[in-house]
Amino acid sequence: MELRVAHLYPDVMNIYGDRGNVIALRYRCEARDIRFHLGQVNIGNPFNPAEFDLVLIGGGQDREQRRIAGDLVGRGPAIREAIGHGLPALAVCGGFQLFGHRYVDHDGSIIPGIGVFDLETRHPGPVADRCIGDVVLETELGEVVGFENHGGRTYLALDQAPFGRVRRGFGNNAVDGFEGARHNNAIGTYLHGSLLPKNPRLADELILAALRRRYGPEVDLAPLDDTPERAANQNAAAIAIRRSRRATG
Amino acid sequence: MNRVRLGAAVGAGKGAGLATRLLRRGGGTALPGLVAERVHPQLVRDLGRSLGGGRVLITGTNGKTTTSRIVAEVLAGAGRPFIHNREGSNLMRGIASTLLARASLSGRIAGAATMVGLFETDEATLPPAARALAPTALAFTNLFRDQLDRYGEVDTVAALWRRALEVAPRDATLILNADDPSVAEMAQGWDGPVHWFGLDDEAFATAGGGAYDARWCGCGGDYAYERRYFAHVGWWRCTRCARKREEPQTSASAVDLGLEGASFEVAGLGRVGMPLTGLYNVYNALAAIGVCRSLGLSDEAIVAGLARVKAAFGRQEVVELEGRTLRLLLAKNPAGANQVLLLLRTIAAKDGGASLNVALLLNDRFADGRDVSWIWDVDHELIAGQVARCWLGGDRAEDLAVRVKYAGWPVPGAVAHEPARVVDAILAGTAPGDQVFVVPTYTAMLDLRAELARRGAVSGAMD
Repeated sequence: MELRVAHLYPDVMNIYGDRGNVIALRYRCEARDIRFHLGQVNIGNPFNPAEFDLVLIGGGQDREQRRIAGDLVGRGPAIREAIGHGLPALAVCGGFQLFGHRYVDHDGSIIPGIGVFDLETRHPGPVADRCIGDVVLETELGEVVGFENHGGRTYLALDQAPFGRVRRGFGNNAVDGFEGARHNNAIGTYLHGSLLPKNPRLADELILAALRRRYGPEVDLAPLDDTPERAANQNAAAIAIRRSRRATG
Repeated sequence: MNRVRLGAAVGAGKGAGLATRLLRRGGGTALPGLVAERVHPQLVRDLGRSLGGGRVLITGTNGKTTTSRIVAEVLAGAGRPFIHNREGSNLMRGIASTLLARASLSGRIAGAATMVGLFETDEATLPPAARALAPTALAFTNLFRDQLDRYGEVDTVAALWRRALEVAPRDATLILNADDPSVAEMAQGWDGPVHWFGLDDEAFATAGGGAYDARWCGCGGDYAYERRYFAHVGWWRCTRCARKREEPQTSASAVDLGLEGASFEVAGLGRVGMPLTGLYNVYNALAAIGVCRSLGLSDEAIVAGLARVKAAFGRQEVVELEGRTLRLLLAKNPAGANQVLLLLRTIAAKDGGASLNVALLLNDRFADGRDVSWIWDVDHELIAGQVARCWLGGDRAEDLAVRVKYAGWPVPGAVAHEPARVVDAILAGTAPGDQVFVVPTYTAMLDLRAELARRGAVSGAMD
């Protein structure tokens, strides 16, 4: 078997160790003799979502996000359609914001998104605190740990499912207790960088969804020895419980 | 009136420093400055501007401390009076403390008229420091992503630096890394003198890879590289506008990196050697040479100072413990860690095979940055085939365990939070005569040093 991963704007949208997600996917495939193919999609490169099993996009600085937004919007219809047909995707931080409808800066200027998720993000202004810290989420895939660092506040439409419920940390907007968004097999989240290495079950769910979509529902993944991964997960959760705020909402 | 108030501030600050030291709370470096700042907010300005021998601010993501120490070594050897915030705090209060320590109760620094002020300056402290001190020279070592939860994005830091240059005296000399396009950008719109430093050694050119923290020129054009040394540092040019790497006045070539030190050719100085190694320290030396030249120091004094310089706290410090040689190599961010790994690869290449004993220590306290996701921007894969044994420590040792597992390192001899357990495991896994490279974050380095001191270990390079 083979997993074909499209990494959108890897050189630009990579601010918080986002390539850790790629490294984790590669490791978990190759440890099971699943061929790992990585396609890097940069500004202006041709990209056909039908040729991939999984799409990744990370976070960037404001300047970088503005820069790729135009290119991403052009790819929006194709990505939306593929995700509508079950293409798994992981959109992190800035990438998550751009997978919503729009990002509204505090001066009112708008960066358009591609509307994979029914949400929008607003920046509350330069004096508002950023949401920074360790996070623990409760998701359909169990407990997920990570780190968030974002100025924008994201608001889900009424029928948009979140990725998880915040147990510790801020989440989408520090108020409603939701974190991220989920649509079919696409996940959006603020938890950046080392999300998949520390959450091996989430990594495997993405791989499995991708392989089953391509090779059929009988595909399964051989178990791996995840002792270090689980230890990292538990240590991060313990730290978050010790020092991050309890969720509201 | 002003003099009276300044005297009162100096007195209050000195009293606080004495009280802190008596109470043995920390080294007593920041509190006196903090007190004096409250009593007299103009303290740094009045005392600092009295320094007539030149006021130098040294900033950048990596290399501030080492660059400042090299300059201090040269100044000391040349017999030039100077003050230097050597004790560690590079914030306004640390600068205030340094000035205060040298001031009399009348609010004067004896001999100030010919004294050089040498100030290592935190990136975010540069604007207030420039406003207060009216620097005669500002040196910028490099600009990389660093503790994004504390400092914000790289663009934010660059904007702070530009703000500092808006308030700096127009005739100040900028000492700039020609090879770092983000640093080079500081010369745009600067009418005063610029002293460029850079590297000219094709042997260190790489294909590139990893996380680049400068991708585009201010004009929006992409950077292209004739030669890339690491990350976004190299011989660059903008593919859209006319901007490109400037020809440096201070340039190093024919670099030789050894375990105990490095040597390189500098036009005008000949072949210089120093007991610091790694390409990053060659850059620090170049920045320091640029500062020294801008201060009018002689070539002889510069060469002699470089030869004498000692490693700063935890940076290439050598500690002997029960016959093992521990080499401490501080790494606080991806660029710094990658430089350390490149150095280890160079060393391993000389020995051949899987010869390295490596301990990595990762904390996530405030001074380290709370966010440890940066370890995924570090290329641990660089030395995967050269690591014989490894040990992982610090509050986030478990994160390192996953990182090095995925990088293909051998199974670690320890994954433990407590320094004592890590040191025990290192001793258990090595024999007398062995060498261990220890790569800690800042507070992990402090914890480890405390543990080593408890065991009576001897440091080869101390403050």
